[in-house]
Parts: sequence; C-alpha cells; structure tokens
Amino acid sequence: MNLQDLIKDLSLEIVTCEESMNNEVTGAYVSDLLSDVMANSNVGNIWITLQTHLNIIAVADMKGLAGIIIVGNRKPAEDVIEKARAEKVTVMTTPLPAFEAAGKLYQLLDR
Amino acid sequence: MPLNSDKTIEGSFQLVGGNFATAGEASGELKRTLTDLGVAEEIIRRAAIATFEAEINVIIYAAAARLLYFIGPSSIRIRIEDMGPGIENIEQAMQEGYSTAPEWVREMGWGAGMGLPNMKKNSDEFNIESVVGEGTTVEMVLNIP
Ligand SMILES: Nc1ncnc2c1ncn2[C@@H]1O[C@H](COP(=O)(O)OP(=O)(O)OP(=O)(O)O)[C@@H](O)[C@H]1O
Ligand SMILES: [Mg+2]
Repeated sequence: MNLQDLIKDLSLEIVTCEESMNNEVTGAYVSDLLSDVMANSNVGNIWITLQTHLNIIAVADMKGLAGIIIVGNRKPAEDVIEKARAEKVTVMTTPLPAFEAAGKLYQLLDR
Repeated sequence: MPLNSDKTIEGSFQLVGGNFATAGEASGELKRTLTDLGVAEEIIRRAAIATFEAEINVIIYAAAARLLYFIGPSSIRIRIEDMGPGIENIEQAMQEGYSTAPEWVREMGWGAGMGLPNMKKNSDEFNIESVVGEGTTVEMVLNIP
C-alpha cells in the first residue's frame, strides 16, 4: 500500500511532496494531540488530524511518518507548506471529517 | 567524522519562550548531525523526539533556555537549562496526563501531559531538577551501543 492508492477513495488533495506518492504506508494514527502522536505513531504511518499549524511538520519529520492528512477541508498556511517542502514532509488535505477518512483508510489497509 | 574517534561533537542553542515557529530547530540539527555520523535510525529518532519535546516545553512554559548536546563515541547527552517558573511538584509533572498548559496552547494540540514521559521513555538516563521561580534543567543520555 502506498499513498497513490489512497488519493481517490479519500478525495485527497496533495499539498506537498507529490514525488513521495509511492512511499510505503505501514498504517495510520488518528490524533490531534501532538505528544500523543510522538508517543504512539509508528514509522511510515499516515497521520490523520485537524491540526494545521507549523509544529505538525516537525512531528511528522521526527517520527518518520509517511504523510499528514488534514481533514475537514482545513488548509495549512503558506509557512506550513514551505516548511513541509523543506523537510520533505508529505501534506495532503481531504474534505472528509476524521471519522470518515479513518474509516476508508482502515478498509484500504485491511485489504 | 567517524563515530569511533574519541572526539566529542557539541552543539548549543538559545531557545526563546513563546516562539513556536522555532520549535524543532535544535532537534532538527541534532538529527542531521547524528545522521551524518551514521548513528542507527532508531536512536536518532528517540533523540529527536526527546529533544523536540524539551524544546516545546521551553517554548510553552519558560522565558528562555540554553540547549546543549554532546555526542561521544558511546552516548548522546542533551541538556536543557531554562529560565522560567520552575516546577513545584516534579513527581506530579512526570505523570502522564498532568498538564498546566493554557487553553490556547491546548488548541494547538499541546498539553496532553505526555511530553516529560515521552522524554523519559526515549532516553536511557533522564534527570530533571527544578527551582521554583528560577528554572528547570533536564538532562538526558542515550546510549549508542
Ligand atoms: N520547562 C518547564 N518549566 C516549567 N514547567 C514545566 C516545564 N516542563 C514541564 N512543566 C510542567 O509540567 C507539566 C507536564 O509537562 P509535559 O511536557 O509532560 O506535558 P505538557 O507540556 O503539559 O503537554 P504535552 O507535552 O503533552 O504537550 C506541564 O504542563 C507544566 O506544568
Ligand atoms: Mg510538554
């Protein structure tokens, strides 16, 4: 499973790092608490969150996550996008709320 | 530089309270340095997480801090000395879920009360000392096997 396989079902818009769409996805973690993600996500996970501020990029970078999916039609600001590019962190957005995004992702990963 | 030389590599940072945009600068540099040295990925990740949590705590709670790291042949030592309010009850602060983070910080997703436990979990030695009204010093050691 890689990021490419998720774009359609999760209605993803890719904000940064188009080139990493073939990166392997090992699972996912859903949380809006950053220290919780630092503690409990795993390398290669997709992180589903509604947080959009700058610190999410550092969290994804430190943890070696496959990418961030920002839910509910929220968009990261330009400084966040710039930092994501600089750190090569993949950021995607979806109009889906967290529950639906996670549900669809769960089914895809389960296959 | 090969890790088996007995030279210690040092780095130092000035951290300023309140400045969330700079969070990750120190841990990012430490991560890059360790990567260049060829340290195992898992140890780099633990060091980066522990350092990042420490940076964030300085930003949330303290006025300023000095962050130092020392990379030797068999260990990484990270020391953060802050000038800030200090911690009255360290045992309580170390408990998962305990947080005094203000509402606006919680809205950013900080304030789960997991930062100090994360630092401890990710280091092989963890030491915290605090003087109320003066500041807090955290020192962490990660062994390089
Ligand atoms: N450097 C510091 N100076 C003063 N108080 C601190 C400092 N670091 C931690 N504390 C106190 O200890 C509490 C617990 O810290 P910890 O990092 O575990 O959780 P948090 O910062 O509240 O939330 P999280 O780290 O999950 O975002 C803090 O809420 C704060 O009261
Ligand atoms: Mg904290």
